[in-house]
Amino acid sequence: MNKILIIIKREFLTRIKKKSFILLTVLMPFIMAALVAVPLWLASIKDSDQQRVAVVDSTGKYLSALEDTKNYHFFTAPALLPEFRSDTSDVLAVVSITADLAQHPKAITIYSREEVSQELLSYVQSCINEQVRKDKLAASGIRDLDRIIEDVQAELSVSTVKWNEKGEETSSHTGIAIAAGFLFTFLIYMFVMAYGGMVMQSVTEEKTNRIVELMVSSVKPFQLMMGKIVGIALVGFVQLTIWGVMLAVILGVVGSVFGADAAMAAAGAQPAVPGMGADASAVAVGEMSESAEIVQALANLPYLELGIMFVLMFIGGYLLYASFFAAVGASVNEPEDTSQFMMPMIFIMIFALYAAMYSVENTNGPLAFWASLFPLTAPIVMMVRIPFGVPLWQEALSVLLLFGTALFFVWFGGKIYRVGILMYGKKPTLKEMLKWVRYK
Amino acid sequence: METFLEARHIVKRFAGHTALDDVTVSVPRGRVFGLLGPNGAGKTTLIRIINRITAPDEGEVRFDGHAFRAEDVQQIGYLPEERGLYKKMKVGEQAVYLAQLKGLSAAEAKHRLQDWFEKFGIMPWWNKKLEELSKGMQQKVQFVITVLHEPQLLIFDEPFSGFDPVNAELLKREILALRDKGHTVIYSTHNMASVEDVCDEIALINKSKVVLTGNVQDVKQRFRTGLYEVVSTGGELQPRPERYAVLSCETDGGVTRHLLQKEASLTNSGLIALVAQDLEVRSIAEQLPSMNDIFLKVVGHE
Repeated sequence: MNKILIIIKREFLTRIKKKSFILLTVLMPFIMAALVAVPLWLASIKDSDQQRVAVVDSTGKYLSALEDTKNYHFFTAPALLPEFRSDTSDVLAVVSITADLAQHPKAITIYSREEVSQELLSYVQSCINEQVRKDKLAASGIRDLDRIIEDVQAELSVSTVKWNEKGEETSSHTGIAIAAGFLFTFLIYMFVMAYGGMVMQSVTEEKTNRIVELMVSSVKPFQLMMGKIVGIALVGFVQLTIWGVMLAVILGVVGSVFGADAAMAAAGAQPAVPGMGADASAVAVGEMSESAEIVQALANLPYLELGIMFVLMFIGGYLLYASFFAAVGASVNEPEDTSQFMMPMIFIMIFALYAAMYSVENTNGPLAFWASLFPLTAPIVMMVRIPFGVPLWQEALSVLLLFGTALFFVWFGGKIYRVGILMYGKKPTLKEMLKWVRYK
Repeated sequence: METFLEARHIVKRFAGHTALDDVTVSVPRGRVFGLLGPNGAGKTTLIRIINRITAPDEGEVRFDGHAFRAEDVQQIGYLPEERGLYKKMKVGEQAVYLAQLKGLSAAEAKHRLQDWFEKFGIMPWWNKKLEELSKGMQQKVQFVITVLHEPQLLIFDEPFSGFDPVNAELLKREILALRDKGHTVIYSTHNMASVEDVCDEIALINKSKVVLTGNVQDVKQRFRTGLYEVVSTGGELQPRPERYAVLSCETDGGVTRHLLQKEASLTNSGLIALVAQDLEVRSIAEQLPSMNDIFLKVVGHE
């Protein structure tokens, strides 16, 4: 067997056999699903638990304005009875109105033994406000004034349409495009940080363990480095795949139990995008109010383009950063010493994230353009732009630049790695590390 | 004597200093070759070049009669001075992995490992993580890993450090047994006491240069001091200043010890004849310098 394959196998197997890895891989989807499901679940609990709110209205005008909601039942009470104050009362709160609110705006108070919930307060406020507004409009004596005002205040909803290459209209949804772009961007960012960091940690560990001298007497340092980088990438792929599949299953189950809307949106999205169910349903659950429109917009995302670019950007970005991390890990003696070299990289990554966020506002602006070509930020920024449509030549140039730079980093990192892993003693300076590149 | 490995005119420079300066050594086949020298002399750099971990700036290495090739590392087993294995990995698994990297199949590696582990009595630890083993046991594991693929050339860098005397003796026997089976051994150390027991040939490196090389006995001959200890039970030694000088004379319980400094012109036989004329000789022994003395003399001089 090829040595590099043996190394990949070991790096891969020792990691996925670790208890911590198995635990995290299995639990993470549940944690992620819980983040989505728990609010839904809590919302469904409230249904069965309608609470009573007494209304003491001396004017008698306002009870009709307070319609019952899912959570609150309003009933009229003759006066502010002392029993409302007792602990055993089943009345949550008392709304007391002592005068016509059009003339005396302060004449309304809510009493409760507990802090009045924001939900109740804002519901009562909006209902009463509406009633008071109507009363005032009626008092003005102009006929149909309320309808005129309503007409004036009508809200517009702008629909967005994107022309495709042939000039045909396709339905687009800016929110979905942003969400899809950011999902991929964050996946790349997280992957590069987490698994690139793992490469560095593993290299430093081998160096401080002093096993590396034994290793490089059997294999070339470059083989060792690449074996590690590839092995850890495979660990990442496996973990992501498991998470994706589990999330899709869990959300499917949760959706069917707790929210027909969510399930519908997820189910509607899945046939159109096999394998992306998890992502689509995660997005769909977030904005289920416009589910039909979203389903259509989801179906219209450029999945093939997104998929291909994601894989390319992902591999290129990971290769680039992982070889840098490997070189840093090899150059230092203690894990603590890495920070000096990590800082600039973290700055670049964070800059890339911000660039991605601002690029969303103007996906063809100069920031988005340059940041998606510059190899260190391209993997993060480019993914945000793709749902909005990027010219092919820009994508090709970006991928070309990224892979060119990544290969250079692999070569350069390999040179530093080779010398660094055998250098003990004081922390090397940048100048010394550059000298290592020239060593035979 | 056939040369197995030869390093010719090796020069290796690092930023700021020259680690090896025109170093030439030749390691004979089937012998233990001692690579000696103080700390920082350049031994490890030379070993790394022989292991193809680094390449020399000038000079060449010839391995088993041909120019050094990348595949030759399969025929080298290296025990580095800085020991280290994967702490969290199981002993057996790790040994198989490292053997695979040296070109053995997993099945073959397992088979051979079982023999060695039985021999060293570490079989019960096969499924333990390395960090659970005592330091001595870890050293044994590492030794086994070094020799497992039965390479033609074995390189031991300070192999006895960290071993108790019993295990050091065991290891020494194994090294000599490997030599007798035809393996060529490079033994690097700055601990001279073990050199005479183990080495056939030596090269002494000091300050990046080879300052002394040859067969151990030859080297000792070269550094002979002309000192003799004569133990006698009677008689009176005549002073013969033109032949020898008497440096000391001690008598204890009827046994007299003379320490003589012989003149170069006088042969050993001549000296024995002269001494035998005067004394009832029990023994006469030339005081050959220990490797330690030679080391100190050569390195201290520079």
